[in-house]
Amino acid sequence: MASAAAHSDKNYLNESSGLWSWLTTLDHKRIGIMYFIAVMFFFLLGGVMALLLRLELYSPGQTIMTADQYNQVMTYHGAIMVFMVIIPGIPAILGNFFLPLHIGAKDVAFPRLNLFSWYCLMAGALLAFSTLFTHKIDTGWTFYTPYSIKTGTSVVTMVIAAFIMGMSSILTGLNFIATVHKLRAPGMTMYRIPLFVWALYSTAILQVLATPVLGITLLLLSVERAFGVGIFDPALGGDPILFQHFFWFYSHPAVYIMILPAMGVVSELITAFSRKVIFGYTAIAYSSLGIAGVSFFVWGHHMFVSGQSTTAGVVFSFLTMLVGVPTAIKMFNWLATMYKGSVLMRSPMLYALGFLFLFAIGGVTGIMLAVVAVDVHFHDTYFVVAHFHYVMVGGTLMAIMGGFYYWFPKMFGKMYSESLARLSFVFIFIGFNVTFFPQFVLGAMGMPRRYFDYIPAYHSLNAISTVGSWLIAIGFLISLYVIVKGLISGEKAPANPWGAKTLEWTVPSPPPHHNFDVEPVITAGPYEYR
Amino acid sequence: MMWFNYAQAQSFMPTEGTKIASQVDNLYGFLLAASFISCVIVIGGMIFFVWKYRRRTETDKTAYITHNTFLEFLWSFIPLVIFLAVFAWGWNIYHDMRTMPKDALEVQVTGKQWAWEFEYKSGVKTGNLLVVPVNKDVKLIMTSKDVLHSFYIPSFRIKQDVIPGMYTSLWFNADKLGEFHVFCAEFCGTQHSGMLATVKVVTQAEYEAWLIEESQVGMLPLAQRGQKLFQAKACASCHSVADASAKVGPSLWQKFGTKELTEEGEFAIDENFVRESILSPNAKTTKGFPKGVMPTFQGQLNETELSALIEYIKTLK
Ligand code: HEM
Ligand SMILES: [Cu+2]
Ligand SMILES: [Cu+2]
Repeated sequence: MASAAAHSDKNYLNESSGLWSWLTTLDHKRIGIMYFIAVMFFFLLGGVMALLLRLELYSPGQTIMTADQYNQVMTYHGAIMVFMVIIPGIPAILGNFFLPLHIGAKDVAFPRLNLFSWYCLMAGALLAFSTLFTHKIDTGWTFYTPYSIKTGTSVVTMVIAAFIMGMSSILTGLNFIATVHKLRAPGMTMYRIPLFVWALYSTAILQVLATPVLGITLLLLSVERAFGVGIFDPALGGDPILFQHFFWFYSHPAVYIMILPAMGVVSELITAFSRKVIFGYTAIAYSSLGIAGVSFFVWGHHMFVSGQSTTAGVVFSFLTMLVGVPTAIKMFNWLATMYKGSVLMRSPMLYALGFLFLFAIGGVTGIMLAVVAVDVHFHDTYFVVAHFHYVMVGGTLMAIMGGFYYWFPKMFGKMYSESLARLSFVFIFIGFNVTFFPQFVLGAMGMPRRYFDYIPAYHSLNAISTVGSWLIAIGFLISLYVIVKGLISGEKAPANPWGAKTLEWTVPSPPPHHNFDVEPVITAGPYEYR
Repeated sequence: MMWFNYAQAQSFMPTEGTKIASQVDNLYGFLLAASFISCVIVIGGMIFFVWKYRRRTETDKTAYITHNTFLEFLWSFIPLVIFLAVFAWGWNIYHDMRTMPKDALEVQVTGKQWAWEFEYKSGVKTGNLLVVPVNKDVKLIMTSKDVLHSFYIPSFRIKQDVIPGMYTSLWFNADKLGEFHVFCAEFCGTQHSGMLATVKVVTQAEYEAWLIEESQVGMLPLAQRGQKLFQAKACASCHSVADASAKVGPSLWQKFGTKELTEEGEFAIDENFVRESILSPNAKTTKGFPKGVMPTFQGQLNETELSALIEYIKTLK
């Protein structure tokens, strides 16, 4: 009895202590937490930059910074949010922590590689930040040639940093694929794994297949800059459009690297808080794979006015429509899951519903942009800025927040303040719409993106958008407070506070070092709410 | 088709300056309406379910519905049909946008950091001002001197990247008189957002008169020619002339005849200094301004034009 109690006090958090035990840990849960700390820091930094950008755009003309400074802040904001927040966000934090638990495994397939991936991200991030102290870069996160070859800023350092961070992403993907194939518990067939795992698995395929293309492209760019080999720069006999093809061949699949895991999280949240089996498990699982597959053939929709041929534009417009279908299917499946359910509006569910709301808008505007004649007007305007923020912030970031509040009790063994978590949601949700909805209108009116200054006609909508950004900031500060307060003085969490059915809720909160004291044997699907 | 027009009025699109623009707006109006309906279905459905099926007791039993093949077919098939329909509609308009008219008035467009240059067949050159006759097909043949730019006329709903080392083209047929904005829509550095131009749509007669006036620039006094060149070569996008405020480069107001502190030492601003600053801008750069920003105009100005510019700068008092 006494020994059983002592035994249950040991968990992955207190099993060993000291900074060194964390920095050398091979435990997927601890690595997940280390990713969480790093990504939260990056998000704070990228967020402050976003606030500065919005402040500058509050009124036309120079407001708080020069044009060059604006271009730099814009570049770092985009690069940080994409490469250091949204791409690693769900897979590396929540995926690391819960993928093994979801399939009944002790750890990921290659724990050392997992730790190495974390160090890769850190090394890349440090290298990227080092440019803040030398020559700041101003190319935008897209590094389009020949500007990125001509500009006098430290493009090579930044590009190598992105290369190293890409490495981290590839290795995480590889690890997850191996884990899903090799470490499932007895009875855990591919059709019994939670949909979050399906989403991570589809994402991992993209990470492994697409990211190397980015790596090679960025290396070619460095070679061109360093040695003057003509690849993309027409002055040296290169082709600048080739760079865009290479870049988007990675970066379109990358937008699904950003959104698929979020869809996985939302599937979990909606079943758990509706206490109901997911509607159309197979359809959701295969639509993830379908999206992953087709996403390799739509990159040209970023290049409708780039100078690619008319035929190419039409073909890419067509293929993009096909990607829309599996996405629509998922939306309807989530709705159908709530039908005749028992829906509880706790904060994680609020974020999931926020996701559905904002992603619906992000989705329909995506279809508008895929209609080639309409995109000619909208391309590179604020309409696009609004669209991708609706998808990446309204979609992915909402899912990160929802997932985090859902799994917080499991990760830390504590509960947080539900009322403050809801308040935080209200600020983020309203602030988000105030910030980004006017940008659709600005785009329709013709305001191009990456604009430090604008004509007076665009003033009032820009001012509204800036005020919205302050509401978002308040929302995230409240969330930060909720987390810190929950960690310090939260009540002890039970093993299964939500009454959910997936495997992680069968182990104590926080889980023991080896996850399962007894290897689980699976006899049914993941959402058996009967 | 009443409701299309209604949707269009609500769409905040800029004035329609061409027929293509109204075609695009019709399609956009349809997309807006369809999107609105879809969002009402999805978001409304969500809110309804959340309310209707809210948890009442901790022991609620829920239905065990795993799938429904017919429904799933419907909600895959209907979106697919809509998507393909708008795809085809968009293709149709895009086809017109990209089919260059024959016998169009051709204008050469050059983008450079951070100005647009236009050159007409008759040799007339303008900076940041494109004058065209109304109801006439105009074809722009475009290239760039340095990095990517993108030529964008919101009111005409057309846009095309401008690429160094090759030509791209655009066409339009403006059916409204007036002035319309041109923006650069591809990031090109410091003054990207200041790389503006104007399309001025005038009657055929006004257009012809304007062309003649422009081609007689050679007869004007030197300082006035200099002023025109200052605009045409887009010097004005980086140098202010009416006050001492710095833009990308130093102001030229009240500069001639004074002394300038440069990275290379102090020099008197005389005819030779100005000449060198135009032809080899990096030989001496004013303190506080980075090297390598101003492009050289070597080979783009003849002797008379150089003198005209110098005379103009002398008049900035
Ligand atoms: C996870 C959250 C976010 C992600 C992933 C994200 C991503 C991006 C990306 C990729 C860009 C493009 C940068 C470029 O064009 O090079 C961008 C631009 C921008 N973002 Fe964000 N962003 C996020 C949050 C925010 C927030 C919360 C705000 C405002 C409060 C914001 C404001 C802006 C602004 C003002 C720009 C500049 C637009 C321009 O000048 O083109 N972003 N963001
Ligand atoms: Cu894409
Ligand atoms: Cu530009």
